[in-house]
Amino acid sequence: MKFDDEPVPGYPLPIRPGHTSPGRFERILRAGTFAITAELAPPDSADPEEVYRRARVFERYVDAINATDGSGANCHMSSLAVCALLTRIGHAPVMQISCRDRNRIAIQGDILGGAAMGVCNMLCLTGDGVQAGDHPQAKPVFDLDSLSLLNIARMLRDQQRFESGRKISAAPRVFLGAAENPLAPPSAHRALRLAKKVAAGAQFIQTQYVFDLVALRTFLRTIEDLGLLEQVFIVVGVGPIRSAKAGEWMRANVPGMFVPDAIIARLAGASDQAREGRNLCVDLIQELRTIKGVSGAHVMAYRQEESVAEIIERSGVLAGRQPWHPGSSQQQATDGNST
Amino acid sequence: MYAVRLWSVRHASGLSRFYRGFESVLLRLAPLWRVIGHQRLERPVATLERGVKGLLFDCKMCGRCVLSSTGLSCPMNCPKQLRNGPCGGVRANGHCEVKPEMRCVWIEAFAGAERIPGGLAAISVVQLPVDRRLEGTSAWLRQVREQSEPKP
Repeated sequence: MKFDDEPVPGYPLPIRPGHTSPGRFERILRAGTFAITAELAPPDSADPEEVYRRARVFERYVDAINATDGSGANCHMSSLAVCALLTRIGHAPVMQISCRDRNRIAIQGDILGGAAMGVCNMLCLTGDGVQAGDHPQAKPVFDLDSLSLLNIARMLRDQQRFESGRKISAAPRVFLGAAENPLAPPSAHRALRLAKKVAAGAQFIQTQYVFDLVALRTFLRTIEDLGLLEQVFIVVGVGPIRSAKAGEWMRANVPGMFVPDAIIARLAGASDQAREGRNLCVDLIQELRTIKGVSGAHVMAYRQEESVAEIIERSGVLAGRQPWHPGSSQQQATDGNST
Repeated sequence: MYAVRLWSVRHASGLSRFYRGFESVLLRLAPLWRVIGHQRLERPVATLERGVKGLLFDCKMCGRCVLSSTGLSCPMNCPKQLRNGPCGGVRANGHCEVKPEMRCVWIEAFAGAERIPGGLAAISVVQLPVDRRLEGTSAWLRQVREQSEPKP
């Protein structure tokens, strides 16, 4: 899908009525288009080219790129910096903000800074515990939790003030998101928690990996009963598992990851397990497309990022449209469509 | 103590009734507290509060008590100090991602909230970030002060 006022890298789009951000991602979701987002793992490097290289594999296939914030409590280039680099070339990044490493002073500064750099989407997260990563000796901060963070981000945007009450002169025009893990206990109360996140300011949700669509449908029915489907866009997390062994390792070691036995068995029974993992991901995306209340898919293909394009292509969920990518503005201008 | 903390959540219904009674007594005695002086009371009351709530709830004296909104499961025992619900890392057996030997504080909270009338409504209220300066001070006295004195 293309809008008649696509971005020139570095310049903001006009904010449409009813929108809170000048971003493409919010436009895609509000237009009712099935959105595709992908997770970019920030490099262990100070070289911007590594960021661009990692983004390039997603081009033409994704509507927004998430930059993780010290995911799994491992140290990498900051989410803010990755997002700022991505906006320079026109990408629509989702800046992930974890409460683990920074207090409210630092986080509010980053929200303003990110928005100033053209970041339109921010995903408010709690963050994994430090014990999960490569610096277990670090001090876990957790001054805020994901909900109070959402609340503060919304306050910055809608009331133009810091948590302290002090006014700011220009609000960050951002589209706010939160995470949810529909499969984690207490499953009976997960929907209630999502309702709380919406009340705190969440406009979109990106979920943890979901391999159990039966459980997802149950979760979504509760969300619908709570009247939340009209208030929030739910983008469901998927990803290719490289092998049955990798799947078993992930469910044992990655916090919040639930891989059903049936999935492990399907992978174990395949001659080419990596390929079967991608097939499985394609199947999941195709089915997600048909589920009421699912607004898109968030592909997390850690260390298999180059397979995302193929997975999206084979799933056919883009239905012929080509998401904006660097270079397509010029193309559009020569087509004579721009106004 | 962990076992006592779990017991308190299991008996959330009775305990919260008792707690409400205790609170109304504290409130009714507000004039007396004012005569003695809150400043003078702060240390002894905080010590008492630490002893009682420490025993029953493993209270961490955050100074802004939300026990009545969390099914009597103190959220400051969560290693991430989450005051608004569980993170996504809860293990399949309902235990904590960070401390695998501990049941998730929020699984306990929902169980406790279901035992208290209005508990689920209370747990659904978004809690604002805690004022870290209050750590170690008495939440009881603060409650009395805030409820008995008109806001300026």
